[in-house]
Amino acid sequence: MAKVQLFEIAVARSGDKGDASNVGVMAKTPELYQFLEQQLTAAVVKDFFREICHGAVTRYELPNLQSLNFILENSLGGGGTETLITDAQGKVHGLGLLHLELEVPDDLLS
Amino acid sequence: MTNNRIVRVANAQGFWGDSLLGPIRLVEEGPVDYLTFDYLAEITMSIMQKQKMRKPETGYALDFILMLQKILPACKEKGIKIIANAGGVNPKACLAASKKVFEDLGITGMKIAIVEGDDIMDRLDEITAGNENLQNMETGEDISTIRDKITSANVYIGAGPIVEALQAGADIVITGRASDPSVVVAPLVYEFGWSMEDYDKIASATVMGHIVECGPQCTGGNYAGWRQVKDFARIGYPVAEASADGSFVITKHDNTGGLVTVETVTSQILYELGDPKNYLGPDCVADFTTINISQQGENRVAFSGIRGGPPTPTYKVSVSHSKGYKILGTLCIAGPDAVEKANIIADMIFQRMEMYGYRIPEEDRFVELFGTNVLYKGMVENNDQPLELLLRIGAKGDDPKALNRLGTEIAPAVTSGPPGVTGIAAGRSRATEVIGYWPALIDKSLINTSFVVEEV
Repeated sequence: MAKVQLFEIAVARSGDKGDASNVGVMAKTPELYQFLEQQLTAAVVKDFFREICHGAVTRYELPNLQSLNFILENSLGGGGTETLITDAQGKVHGLGLLHLELEVPDDLLS
Repeated sequence: MTNNRIVRVANAQGFWGDSLLGPIRLVEEGPVDYLTFDYLAEITMSIMQKQKMRKPETGYALDFILMLQKILPACKEKGIKIIANAGGVNPKACLAASKKVFEDLGITGMKIAIVEGDDIMDRLDEITAGNENLQNMETGEDISTIRDKITSANVYIGAGPIVEALQAGADIVITGRASDPSVVVAPLVYEFGWSMEDYDKIASATVMGHIVECGPQCTGGNYAGWRQVKDFARIGYPVAEASADGSFVITKHDNTGGLVTVETVTSQILYELGDPKNYLGPDCVADFTTINISQQGENRVAFSGIRGGPPTPTYKVSVSHSKGYKILGTLCIAGPDAVEKANIIADMIFQRMEMYGYRIPEEDRFVELFGTNVLYKGMVENNDQPLELLLRIGAKGDDPKALNRLGTEIAPAVTSGPPGVTGIAAGRSRATEVIGYWPALIDKSLINTSFVVEEV
């Protein structure tokens, strides 16, 4: 096992939907997708975004795209047109999530 | 219709304010049959509505006219058609301005169409007099709570009327608030003679539209693996090569920058995605979990197998409304102790506003210390001792005069507070109107779309 940031094993993109942001994560291999499907739960994401996301986190799976999609409610200070925060549209929530560290089995990290 | 025919659809501008280089390069650098343009975000409609109130001949995307001046000769020569939701809240005015471009360039023998019926601003009372109350989808509130503050109201219409305009011979179709994927669905329905009820094909085209709608964001732009992406300056705009069976390839023109891989395109599929099994649009419900994706060669990603079902009986409506005012000022604070000093300065500015008689309630105050890792708050360690930071200080409220006092108290902070304040060259900031966004649904039977085609 090695402790690695998601940067090593996935790519991500995020955007806004009203006052919610969505964070899509794509695993770099099918095996890593299975690993992330187990480990990267809505609860883990909610805890990681606890200072930004003030609502529920919902997860959707897209195994065909080796991807998970997270909806982070109440994360944009009121939404793109209303808030004064810099990242009003959650543009960098995806890069934020890639900072998360997970213990990944060595055989998945070739 | 021959079955092996390819129709090439390229998205040339992904938002109001996107680079003019997109369309200019797309018509020159390789083959393309249709250029689509997506100009309208929620806030855009509200801005355009205000422009139209001041000047009745405005209220559409002026960028479109500037763009047309540049590419129209090439489009005429190569037979490239254009579909754009550039009409904003005034498609007729956009049509008139477009015709002027033809006149100025001396180009004739083409047809321009406008699609109307999406703008329900003037029909709100009639619509809400019946059973329709345009409840806010997120909060459940009734629209009567904002009725006198509404600044625009538009329905996300589908591909239908655009297809009809193309069938009437239009080379350019200008719409109001057509949904983003529909401007891509329409040319494929027209070219391949698809039924609008062939939902798997409509879903394929909807996925295609979703992928290209933000231009180069699917060809390597904003990609997390950015070190693999070559030549951002000349990044290739997406070209979708569609086939009659609904399958398609996302690619870009040869000798352009960027990168088209399963990863770069999937990144864009995930952008602004909700429930992937139920991607709702006016033309169908697409199931993103049925997408079959594969690398077909260098900078070519192939799609097949996409499934979809009939659309819901409602259209989405975007209502914007006036929601008070906001102001934001910025100051650069140099360290040491930049965080401590920034907090003192922010407090000082709010205290001075109070001395003028403008007390800003705690919940309407805004302070962000940019440079302390605010973008990744809680995810990485705070940077408590940056040697420079940007103090972003602001407020919300109903009285713009009160808020403007914050703008005038920014500069004095340089000489009257802790040391190390600089970077105020931008001048006094002023209060701007806050536009609230009100998403709702409307029964399709209440909306009548139509088109007008004119020869130039």
